[in-house]
Amino acid sequence: MNLRRDVFQAIADPTRRAILLLVASQSMTAGAIASNFDTARPTVSKHLQILTECELLEQAQNGREIYYLINAKKMKEVADFIEPFRKMWDDRFNKLETIMKKYKTKK
Amino acid sequence: MEQITKLTAEDGKQEIVISREFDLPLELLFRAYTDPEIVGEWMGTKVLKLENKKHGSWEFQTADAQGKVLFQANGVIHEFIPNQKITRTFEMENGPFGVQLEFLEFEKLTDDTSKLNMHTVYRSVADRDKFMKLGMSQGVNMAHNRLQEVVGKLK
Repeated sequence: MNLRRDVFQAIADPTRRAILLLVASQSMTAGAIASNFDTARPTVSKHLQILTECELLEQAQNGREIYYLINAKKMKEVADFIEPFRKMWDDRFNKLETIMKKYKTKK
Repeated sequence: MEQITKLTAEDGKQEIVISREFDLPLELLFRAYTDPEIVGEWMGTKVLKLENKKHGSWEFQTADAQGKVLFQANGVIHEFIPNQKITRTFEMENGPFGVQLEFLEFEKLTDDTSKLNMHTVYRSVADRDKFMKLGMSQGVNMAHNRLQEVVGKLK
């Protein structure tokens, strides 16, 4: 089974939504983002990793620092209806694949 | 992060392209589209009719436990090339969307993997957008509404 990041799982978490709101106002380093939360730094890093994997955040190198910025295009896509529709097909195709794998082993 | 199912719906176009790579041999992927029992299983509907041939037609129906019909759709098959291509129409009965045209292309990648390309053409851009909005399932909707709060604050 492929471990994929589900964008809706990503935004279902309140801390991650708070991070998105924060970064939406200006791009920030991981340290600057973490200083806004009581949570441990590694926990914030994990949230950033998930948001980046879902392409809701992007990373930009600035000298020695890595800044996180919001991916407006992806945010819009998700907030529109495109992502839910894609997700619906993804679920359907996952089901198809699971069902057909049974036939594969049977033959 | 790469998504398994890719969807392209450009602004102002009345079409959608969905593609997906499967961890399945081509023949099994094609069978998932032609065996009525299997189609019913993954689509979550009852297959009343599925004639896999040029000039054939198909009919799906979904009913609740009390037998009340919730969803009914039908179409005709224009092109049927085994393990390669199906061209067909799709129309939801009693729906406001009208008929749409689907081009399904099946492709072998390796002995154990295959790819599906689904190109759907709607009558208008408005019809396409309406249809996609309909596609949102309940669970997805909840998370989606939460995101819309976030995006709303962005503006």
